[in-house]
Amino acid sequence: MKSRHWVLWLPPLLSGALFVALWYGVRAATGLQSWILPTPEEILAAAVREHALLLRAAASTAVGALGGFLAAAVAGLLLALALGGARWLRNGLYPWLLILQMTPVIVLAPIIVLWAGPGLPGIITVTFLISFFPIVVNTTQGLLSADAHMVDLFRMYGATRRQELQLLRLPGALPYFLAGLRIAATLAPIGAIFGEYLVGNAAGGTGGLGFLVYSYNVQIKIPALFATGLIGCLLGFVFVAAVAGLNWALLHHWHDSFERHDR
Amino acid sequence: MSVQPPIVQFRAAGKRFGAGPPVLADITLDVAEGEFVSVIGPSGCGKSTLLRLVSALSPLTSGDLRVAGTTPERAREHLAFVFQEPTLLPWLTAAGNVELPLRLRGVPAAERRAHAGGLLALVRLREAGGLFPRQLSGGMKMRVSIARALSRAPRILLLDEPFGALDEITRNHLNEELLDWRAKAPFTALFVTHSVAEAVFLSDRIVVLAANPGRILAEVPVPFAYPRTAALREDPAYFATVAGVSRRLHAAEEERSA
Repeated sequence: MKSRHWVLWLPPLLSGALFVALWYGVRAATGLQSWILPTPEEILAAAVREHALLLRAAASTAVGALGGFLAAAVAGLLLALALGGARWLRNGLYPWLLILQMTPVIVLAPIIVLWAGPGLPGIITVTFLISFFPIVVNTTQGLLSADAHMVDLFRMYGATRRQELQLLRLPGALPYFLAGLRIAATLAPIGAIFGEYLVGNAAGGTGGLGFLVYSYNVQIKIPALFATGLIGCLLGFVFVAAVAGLNWALLHHWHDSFERHDR
Repeated sequence: MSVQPPIVQFRAAGKRFGAGPPVLADITLDVAEGEFVSVIGPSGCGKSTLLRLVSALSPLTSGDLRVAGTTPERAREHLAFVFQEPTLLPWLTAAGNVELPLRLRGVPAAERRAHAGGLLALVRLREAGGLFPRQLSGGMKMRVSIARALSRAPRILLLDEPFGALDEITRNHLNEELLDWRAKAPFTALFVTHSVAEAVFLSDRIVVLAANPGRILAEVPVPFAYPRTAALREDPAYFATVAGVSRRLHAAEEERSA
């Protein structure tokens, strides 16, 4: 088994190298200028040059992303509990949830600034709106997916509804909740950057990565703009890695997804 | 045995789902306390429904059913159920699963842990209490499932093809052990199976159902004294009984296709 570990790291390394080679190739073949298509080394150089600004902005974005993500996790779980508990509530609320999810956030942005205020509250609200849906949908599905025989057994053995929720439905929904969190973790930093771009400028001065996107764009600092994207991407990886860690900590003892096939 | 009233008493009991055709019709059957009764019949004859009626998971639609002298709903505290799948909670250890019914009853942790330990020892899984279901084999999971049912100290154990998914050797072992556990912690058993050999090995009596609608075609007493051991499977009288029940079962299946 050990000899096959290369399957894990070699393919992504190769595809990455191929991608970078292609990038240089396109640049050389087309003769595009740096401000249209910077090379990876120009982007890295810009990242180093602008690192103080980028790091401060990333920290600011991380706060907004984390705030919106946590709010989405808590509210998503609570709403899923309500939806999982009563069919009438599910039927009554689900269409509205869909409508909220389908409405482009960009349309809501002015309203969000009006209601939540500019700056961090608005950014958290945008992040929340973008990342909350997968958590609600997944967790509700999980709460409804309890094994029918287990439900029979709980009823037969005189379990209260609270016991059924606590000992059967909630633990059963945990993998679904975590899958929702995993999707939300990829969306939250994007949501925060988007939020900063839409409503964050009104905060004045101390913008996050979304503000830098705006600022580098108007200054036509394209390598720095790419560097901002890179940092945003890294921030996303931090979020995903944190959820992956949580997933492992909570599930690896018992869940089939951690089954080792080399036994 | 005859002085006590039957612990399960079907009187012209019937069951249909909605406006559909009857699944079970005119079931009249007594099960005495301590008796081991197997129910056998072609698929779709309502064997599992019969158990669901006794456990009040499904109400009957005609006739009468008394369990432990009362209605099935009120008799639930005397019952335990074992399904074909072990239906263990994957996030609880084997011991946690065995404790579950006691936890639902509000038994204090220390007490239920001690009780579960004893039951795991009974089903020869003393060392496996800390393992999670995915670390157990199919046979071990079924032992845990039965130990969980026994933790309720049930007067009546309902078993719905519990060994149907296991290989024959494991199945035979578990058949022998089930009788052994029953000798140590007595219960009345209502056992649904597809296997005639298993039914004969385990039971005092075998009820053969016919299908469409499910009804009792024959009741066959099994003449062997307990305790029964693996040696019974080599007894010519055992073969003869198996052959006799098989004939009744084939008759039931032919009636269905006729």
